[in-house]
Amino acid sequence: MHVLLVMAGGFFGAIARYALGEWIVTSDFPLNMLVINLMGCFFLGWFLTFVSQRANIRPEVALLIGTGFTGSFTTFSTFSLETFQLFQEGLIVQGVLYIMASMIGGVLMACAGFKLAVAYSGEGRGGG
Amino acid sequence: MIWLIGLGGALGAAARYLISDFIKNRYTALFPLGTWIVNLTGSFLLGLLAGLYLENGISDGLWLFWGAGFCGAFTTFSTFGHETVSLLQSGEVKTAGGYVAASIVTGIGAAAFGLWI
Repeated sequence: MHVLLVMAGGFFGAIARYALGEWIVTSDFPLNMLVINLMGCFFLGWFLTFVSQRANIRPEVALLIGTGFTGSFTTFSTFSLETFQLFQEGLIVQGVLYIMASMIGGVLMACAGFKLAVAYSGEGRGGG
Repeated sequence: MIWLIGLGGALGAAARYLISDFIKNRYTALFPLGTWIVNLTGSFLLGLLAGLYLENGISDGLWLFWGAGFCGAFTTFSTFGHETVSLLQSGEVKTAGGYVAASIVTGIGAAAFGLWI
């Protein structure tokens, strides 16, 4: 049962990633994947904190939206492959920049999502 | 075409959930071993697929299903970010740093190895 919820979320997460990835214009730098991963980090940071504060939200919702959709929306394998391909093409600066932006940005965005959820925890609405 | 990515994504997300759950139940240390293993193996698999695809060894459909769909959904960046922040928040700075460094080095290395073989 639980795995079906993860699969349903994963179905739409992968499609959303692909559709948005095609939409964002990129040149030498994989900006589309960076934007997608950072958006996902911010959302998951907010969402998991928000869910943990609300006793009336069923854990199944976290599996569908968190593990399923957001987990599948963001990706690590493409990040790994794109970084290596940048290095392979001799674009060392872009490769290092991509790693730094993904790592520092990812942590900052996840943290910002957490902070947003905490800031609005006293109110009825979740913010964001 | 978009259905192939969705179906691959559903399968990838399920595999990630089952594998990281399996590891979580057996290994309780601070280091997020489940996500690390999933991201490492998924990066290798995507490198392997990209190698085959670039040499026209596999069709567009297979590439979308297994590459964009399965590998994309099997690996995850958002959980990686969340786990790193959780480690930092509980003061486990060394574990967080080790997790980030290990993920970058082994992820890129695995993709390179997959592309190479």
